[in-house]
Amino acid sequence: MADAVLDAKGLNCPLPILKAKKALKDVPSGGTLEVLSTDPGSVADFEAFCRTTGNELLDSKSDGGVYTFLIKHTS
Amino acid sequence: MPDKSNAKSMSIIVTKGSLDWAYPPFILSTTAAAMGLDVSMFFTFYGLALLKKDLKLQMTPLGNAAMEMPMMGGHMVLPNAMAMLPGVDAAATVMMKNLIKKKGVASIEELREAAVESEIKMIACQMTLDLFEYKREDLIEGHELGGAATYIDIATKSDINLFI
Repeated sequence: MADAVLDAKGLNCPLPILKAKKALKDVPSGGTLEVLSTDPGSVADFEAFCRTTGNELLDSKSDGGVYTFLIKHTS
Repeated sequence: MPDKSNAKSMSIIVTKGSLDWAYPPFILSTTAAAMGLDVSMFFTFYGLALLKKDLKLQMTPLGNAAMEMPMMGGHMVLPNAMAMLPGVDAAATVMMKNLIKKKGVASIEELREAAVESEIKMIACQMTLDLFEYKREDLIEGHELGGAATYIDIATKSDINLFI
């Protein structure tokens, strides 16, 4: 179970990333944030976001048009 | 606040102020800030209108051959001879704003708010201010004034420099 959940369904680029960044601020270091999105572009974008920021993308999956990302707040 | 652990930085020269062209600079600047970059935006010529408190963004299909609006399952391209008619710009603007809402795309107001929140440095071109007779008090709080030298100074220290 993630420490926090962000529902970004229905939002388009770059809102899922902007809202995830905001939500991560309230997640303590080492904690996790789960992001739900319906934007297919967010799959590549969350990988890139984590690569650049140093946060860890623990899981990325897709189920029926909904993408779920599990991000560990490490930076 | 941008996290300073990542020392990368980006600058953007913003030269266009129509509804459609307002998107690339604000999408890229807010995303870069969210990814920890220090971001500066230099608003010049028509781009300066994007710093006005009261945003009245419009767009035009005139001379824009690639503008295809989704309509009834297909796409509509307006010939220039029709795009020049009175009311077409207003209709295209309304159409675009509806699409933006429907597709979950942020409004420019929303993105600009995010830019202010993430402490993006916004520089208004002094020369454009004089040229178009804008008043500083018509622009949003927090902007700075500067000219070409101010931008070049920032650009020499930035990892990414864009002209939009």
